[in-house]
Amino acid sequence: MVKDPEGVKLCLVVDDSRVVRKVARRILEDLGFGVAEAADGAEGLAWARTAMPDVVLLDWHMPVMNGMEFLRRLRAEPGGQAPKVVFCSVESDLDRIREALDEGANEYIMKPFDGDIVASKLMLAGCL
Amino acid sequence: MTPQDRALVAELSAERAGLKVDPEKVYLLENRLGPVARREGFASVHDFVCAVRDRDEERLIWAAVEAMSPGETAFFRDPQVFGKIVAEVLPELARRREGGTVRIWCAACGTGQEVYSLAMALEETPPAGVAVEMFASDLSERRLEKAQAGVYSQFEVQRGLSAHRLVRHFEGLEDGFVLSPRLRQMVRWRRVNLMEDLSRLGRFDLILCRNPMGQLTDEARPRLLANLQGALAPGGWLVLGPGDQAPGLNPASDHPAFFSAAVARAAA
Repeated sequence: MVKDPEGVKLCLVVDDSRVVRKVARRILEDLGFGVAEAADGAEGLAWARTAMPDVVLLDWHMPVMNGMEFLRRLRAEPGGQAPKVVFCSVESDLDRIREALDEGANEYIMKPFDGDIVASKLMLAGCL
Repeated sequence: MTPQDRALVAELSAERAGLKVDPEKVYLLENRLGPVARREGFASVHDFVCAVRDRDEERLIWAAVEAMSPGETAFFRDPQVFGKIVAEVLPELARRREGGTVRIWCAACGTGQEVYSLAMALEETPPAGVAVEMFASDLSERRLEKAQAGVYSQFEVQRGLSAHRLVRHFEGLEDGFVLSPRLRQMVRWRRVNLMEDLSRLGRFDLILCRNPMGQLTDEARPRLLANLQGALAPGGWLVLGPGDQAPGLNPASDHPAFFSAAVARAAA
């Protein structure tokens, strides 16, 4: 993933569902983002080490490395405090959402989502 | 729906609530009246409108009119509006009313997201030295009931509301989220038809009326503006929807939705 010279913001979508990644990509591209995809936290972290994204749309439950572990490791990376991280999960329990925010997530989307919700949350996170 | 059905609904909407309803918009009419017809036990929208026509019952007439009134709203819709209210308007009103009460009215509050957004902002940044009275009204009893309950779906709490505010101000339910009783108790509710005499409501320091202006007939629009201006305390602020104007009030230089009443009028 190479940062766009024209200043297009890059969003890394980390989700083990190909369908979710595809839907998210379409929404994000419509909003003007460049998009990269990873199928789990470990793959996502490898992406981030190559080129730190501006935004991460992050699933919680994934094989290999889940979203919380990814977030902790991302924040410990050089430059890893910079990306806005928006969790995007089926978890809708407020205690779990609080846990994600306490861990350093900037925003939280409860699945299922649509374009309006993604736009609203990215705006609240200061990404739009 | 027959053309006669659509014409009747448009006529009643204009007559009772000043609402501009285009009888040619078949889909819109069917879409809004369908749930009402089902709720009232009719097999079709046509049957429902026939009953509205034949029975001449106020309850049925209002069910049709309320369905045609706009209720679109979201938490913190247009964040700049809330930013200006909290950072500038409320501190100014608090200085003027020091030791007293600032009265706020959300007219046409829909299902309550706007007034609760204000309640959240007030709880997070309370204006110093004044009590705040919040009042919200809508034409639709059903929307007011939902607003008072403070229960919102997963979809609704994700439009405009930050996750930080969600966990701070809401509790989870099996199917949705409920606003904390503390915030719900900050607001008093009443059904109000903005076309009627509003003098019984008293005067307000801040009035938000952000939905209906473009949805009104040409005759109803000036009446609404006159009613709202009449309900505005001297030096008070009126916040309208995008593109709406309030001749007779002073537009704010930094935001097109804000209009202030002359302070000097208080002494007159």
